[in-house]
Amino acid sequence: MKLDDTVWGALLALLGAAILWHVQGFPHIPGQNVGPALFPGTVAAALLVCGVLLLAGGVRGRRRAGAEPPRWVAAPEWLRSPPHLLAFAVLVASNLFYLLVVDRLGFVLTAFVYLAALMWVLRVRLALVVPVALVMTLLIHYAFYKLLRVPLPWGVLQGIAW
Amino acid sequence: MSPAWTEAFRLVFDPHNVLVMAGASLFGLFVGAVPGLTATMATALLVPVTFFMAPIPAIAAIVTATAMAIFSGDIPGCLLRMPGTPASAAYTDEAYAMTKKGQAELALGAGLVFSAVGGLFGTAVLMVSAPALAEFALQFSSFEYFWLVLMGLTCAVFISSDRPLKGLTTLFLGLLIASVGLDNPAAFPRFTFGSSELLGGIGLIPLMIGMFAVSEIIRYMVNLEGEALIVDQPIGNVFKGMWGLAVKYPKQILRGSVLGTLVGALPGAGADIAAWMSYAMSKKFSKEPEKFGTGHVEGIVESGSANNSALAGAWIPALVFGIPGDSITAIVIGVLYMKNMNPGPTLFTTNPQNIYAVYLLFIIANLIMLPLGWLCIKVAKRILRVPRDILMPVILLFCIVGAFAINNTAFDVGIMLIAGLFAWLLEENGFPITPLILGVVLGGMLEENFISSMIKADGNFAAFFSRPIAASLAALTIAVWLWPLVRRGRRTLPPAADL
Repeated sequence: MKLDDTVWGALLALLGAAILWHVQGFPHIPGQNVGPALFPGTVAAALLVCGVLLLAGGVRGRRRAGAEPPRWVAAPEWLRSPPHLLAFAVLVASNLFYLLVVDRLGFVLTAFVYLAALMWVLRVRLALVVPVALVMTLLIHYAFYKLLRVPLPWGVLQGIAW
Repeated sequence: MSPAWTEAFRLVFDPHNVLVMAGASLFGLFVGAVPGLTATMATALLVPVTFFMAPIPAIAAIVTATAMAIFSGDIPGCLLRMPGTPASAAYTDEAYAMTKKGQAELALGAGLVFSAVGGLFGTAVLMVSAPALAEFALQFSSFEYFWLVLMGLTCAVFISSDRPLKGLTTLFLGLLIASVGLDNPAAFPRFTFGSSELLGGIGLIPLMIGMFAVSEIIRYMVNLEGEALIVDQPIGNVFKGMWGLAVKYPKQILRGSVLGTLVGALPGAGADIAAWMSYAMSKKFSKEPEKFGTGHVEGIVESGSANNSALAGAWIPALVFGIPGDSITAIVIGVLYMKNMNPGPTLFTTNPQNIYAVYLLFIIANLIMLPLGWLCIKVAKRILRVPRDILMPVILLFCIVGAFAINNTAFDVGIMLIAGLFAWLLEENGFPITPLILGVVLGGMLEENFISSMIKADGNFAAFFSRPIAASLAALTIAVWLWPLVRRGRRTLPPAADL
């Protein structure tokens, strides 16, 4: 996803301004001219300047391009390729799925579905997807849960926890 | 031998540590040899595992894995025309041209042998300069540290991108990320929006795993290029002819190693930039520049030594000042803090055995690179055929579990995924990531020294320049800032003004 420098500049300048406004609410320390707002405030002001400069540069670039200025938001090539678009969608969806259900469903089941979905969308042979996803899930689970003692959630498998 | 050295030897040759180094070597060689997996990514993936180790094995794992990965990145460059790590990109075309001429073993051998030579050179510089610098740094006050950090960040912006404005922007974003949470001189919760998890700030480790590992996986998943074909060519003895090269190109080896160490020590620039610069330098000073690009080994000798010497060079500012020299040491600094080995000059006086152990680790890593690298080249074709469509999802799951393992919270996993997506988006749009990471790593240090300097100065700005070292550092920093303006000014002047 490519945004024009003008768009980036505007967004960053906006962010800088918002932070600058937000830090005004930070407390002052009596008897001192420096407080918690000083550092982020200075950085935000600098970000605001950078944003404005990017915006100005973008506008200049567009004017120089004349009749055919670049698009505000340019879709990269992969967005026009259905398999890659699908891969990206599944990537985002599987991560959301993991975050949302891992506590309830447990690590083993969630990770298995997660791996299987990603391998499927990358077009790994179907006969391989299930066994590989299963073995890899169990391997990572063993390494982190048993060897490194990371408390990965069991979820619905609590009853048969090993 | 001093007791500290004896202790360092004991720490390094402890059986557990030897085992860790062996495992990390294989891991590093593998990660480096698979295109799309970088040395920085290897470091990021190691962090969750090193979290459960003692300090020296943790550092050993990172040192060996990165040294191996930077070398083995040459292998796919040579056989597939795809750099295995960005540090090999500078001479990938050259190495591939050599392969097509039937000289794959010469190209791989030069990469291997002179990587080790460069690595050892960088280590020697580290051993000599770090203690001297540390002694010097003991006299630093907050003013010197303020300017030093500022100079480091400035270098990062100007070196790591050809558009300083974009680098500056990501640096400020990084400094703002570092401001989140309670951990500031006033201990006031900033930008937490009522979230108790944000009170502790945004975790460095999940952020780095996201920015260096997850972003690469996203890039792989939307990559339109198909698989490259492996050049099938028997590879014989890669060590043949290496002595001849060393005799023929001693100046190139030395120049590459010196430049690499220096570039590595500069904050924000690491092995990849060292290799590009030294390849260009090699061509410029070569007696036969017309041969470059047609499969000529000279540039590989020089830049191959440069990228490995940069690795060790980057540790100099990291250990002495806590200022990372590249993205790998940015992660290392996070690990050092986790292990209570806070970087800084006092590390050299209070725990010299740890520092000596780091030197030893670098020497060993660069020596065992020769046999292990030879082995890796033997099985290279099999590694290159590894199905990345299976590997990438597994790495992603590993990242998730790894980010979770540090604090056992799903919040960190979310941070990691968002950071990965954000880093990918920034890089797609030409914003460099390194200044952002340096901003996050150094933000706390910059603010702390800025605030204490401000309090000491009590409104008098001249105090920032009143100590001689601080004034020199300030002058250098300001010179780097003004440089682009001077250059632009000169360009717009009429030519006569140049006289």
